[in-house]
Amino acid sequence: MKLMWFHLMPYTELPDDFNQKHPSVWVDIHSSLFDPRRAHHMYNDFMDELEYAAEMGFDAVCVNEHHSNGYGLMPSPNLIASSLARRTTDTALCVMGNSLALYNPPTRVAEEFAMIDCISGGRLIAGFPVGSPMDTCYAYGQNPSLLRERYYEAHDLVKKAWMEKETFAFSGRFNQQRYVNIWPRPIQNDPHPPIWIPGGGSIETWRWCAEMDYVYCYLSYYGYKAGLTTMQGFWNEMAKLGKDRNPYRAGFLQFVGVAESRQQALDLYTEPAEYFYGRCLHVDARFATPPGYTTEATQRAGIESMVAKAANTASYQSKLSLKATNMKDIVDGGYVIIGSPDEVVEQIRHVATSLNVGHLMLLLQYGNMSKDTTKYNTRMFAEQVMPKVKDLFGEWEDKWWPKPLAKGQRAAVPAFRPQLAAAE
Amino acid sequence: MSELKAATVEVNGFPCRVWTKGSGPKLGFLAGLGGLPRWLPFLDKLAETRTVIVPSLPGYPGATGHTELDTHLDWVLAVRQLIDKAGLAGVDLIGASVGGAFAAEMAAIFPGHVRKLVLIAPFGLFDDKEPATDPWAQRKENVAGLMCADGAKWNALVAAPEGANSVEWPIEMGRAFEAAARAFWPLGNTRLEKRLGLIAAPTLILWGDRDAVLPPSYAKKFAAGINGSTRIETVAEAGHLAYLDQPDAVARAILAHFG
Repeated sequence: MKLMWFHLMPYTELPDDFNQKHPSVWVDIHSSLFDPRRAHHMYNDFMDELEYAAEMGFDAVCVNEHHSNGYGLMPSPNLIASSLARRTTDTALCVMGNSLALYNPPTRVAEEFAMIDCISGGRLIAGFPVGSPMDTCYAYGQNPSLLRERYYEAHDLVKKAWMEKETFAFSGRFNQQRYVNIWPRPIQNDPHPPIWIPGGGSIETWRWCAEMDYVYCYLSYYGYKAGLTTMQGFWNEMAKLGKDRNPYRAGFLQFVGVAESRQQALDLYTEPAEYFYGRCLHVDARFATPPGYTTEATQRAGIESMVAKAANTASYQSKLSLKATNMKDIVDGGYVIIGSPDEVVEQIRHVATSLNVGHLMLLLQYGNMSKDTTKYNTRMFAEQVMPKVKDLFGEWEDKWWPKPLAKGQRAAVPAFRPQLAAAE
Repeated sequence: MSELKAATVEVNGFPCRVWTKGSGPKLGFLAGLGGLPRWLPFLDKLAETRTVIVPSLPGYPGATGHTELDTHLDWVLAVRQLIDKAGLAGVDLIGASVGGAFAAEMAAIFPGHVRKLVLIAPFGLFDDKEPATDPWAQRKENVAGLMCADGAKWNALVAAPEGANSVEWPIEMGRAFEAAARAFWPLGNTRLEKRLGLIAAPTLILWGDRDAVLPPSYAKKFAAGINGSTRIETVAEAGHLAYLDQPDAVARAILAHFG
């Protein structure tokens, strides 16, 4: 299986009374809470952590896009990915992703992803989320009733921009361009970089991923227990559509804290976990359901059927209602997997097999976890957990993984020596 | 007063409900946020002396087809077709809230289509010094109080009637908000200001004194922009949907204006 290291880049210094004094971590979080001098260190720590994860042998490092968000400091994940393209060598770069409807013209995404793919020698995974209501409809002012139509059209345009050899005119419902001809073009051109779709539990998204042969990723913060119904819904739908159960069709996000013992893990990870589930998910409910964001078909399924339970747990509204914020409930709920290496191995194997997920995206930094603790968690996982779970799903081929240039064909990137640079 | 009659007309191939009641000269009503899930006492008041014709805009209760409308021009032309097909061309027109913005567009762009005009707290403008409230970013429990001075009036409007389909009813109520968002997201500003000067119809502007969505001061901006004669009347003890809070007072003011 693939073990991928995911960073959300949370602001780590939200005050203790944040939830009492502020209505929301997202959309209208107050600017006075943001200290750019502190953020300088946060960004650099976070990028160190991503680079360290790559050194430790994770299959991919993952970044994502959020706006006006106190737990996600990457309005442009592409900036981070381009830096990682230079500072890592073999690790896949999973940009999870660019919310297509937010870019005007959407060919900007085709261009920037092609740049990252070229710089990295073909290591890009191209994630195309619709984007959360808070990011898209509120922070970016997109019309919720038009968002999905714009998203699908932008997807068609980006894909065609990657694949079409001749300059072409695109006459869409929302996008009109006379001359589409992106430079650069992605290295992965057979036929294009792997496309992964982070989504909620909507049946339409599952069907679309199956039809397009994309990876479906369920990026929940609520762990494998809450994610089980959604992933079962996904696999049931794949079965109905006649698709195999190749676990690499799917990705899943899981928080983990590993240490020498369970008690040590609790000692180390309780504060950052409670910081994340308390402060970082403190989102005002008024930003959860812009009208038209959820399709009527999904609403109908939500009200009518059992599948719906799956779809429902994935809706932003119900996510907000889960809300355990103390460590006991966080661990009991499976939001964060905690334990000694052996205990974590057992749970990871259980998560992967019960959800049938070949791409496990791990959050080993969360909340206000320090760089030292993050590196410790990352090293413990890499050295003591990874070797005991890598064998899973060996019988399946991952057809959705980047195909980089052969090593001998890739540019030599000089080693980075910041101390020397500073001394000169 | 005649019985309530329901008919359906097609706009862009989608059905739109048209209600008719009363006798006498025709008038049209374009409803506000939430549309009309049910007939109202306010409309009965008007129907005592007038033939009241109430078309549902695309996406509001009784109508679909909002999903085809991508631009403001699409919306304006859909409303124009609806006005024509409902037999409202050239008669008195009332528009409230989101419906008010479209009534103003009709009077501005198709001046022959509107005899006299009433605007009840219409959408269409935005003043960043006095920003309108975001009706699409509200916790559920706050919506009723935002729409009406007396939240119970809003709750009565949207409550599922006995025998209503428990799946479809909430979806239909939500669709009305989506239709409004589709046309007016994110600020309610359709740059109507540019076209107000084209309105020549005598216009009565009604505003609830407790409108929590659009500041009552917006009435002056409409009055200043409109070219025809205008009069502003404040409706006491009324919120954004003044016709729900004060049906008698609003109907009286309208009938006096239409003469």
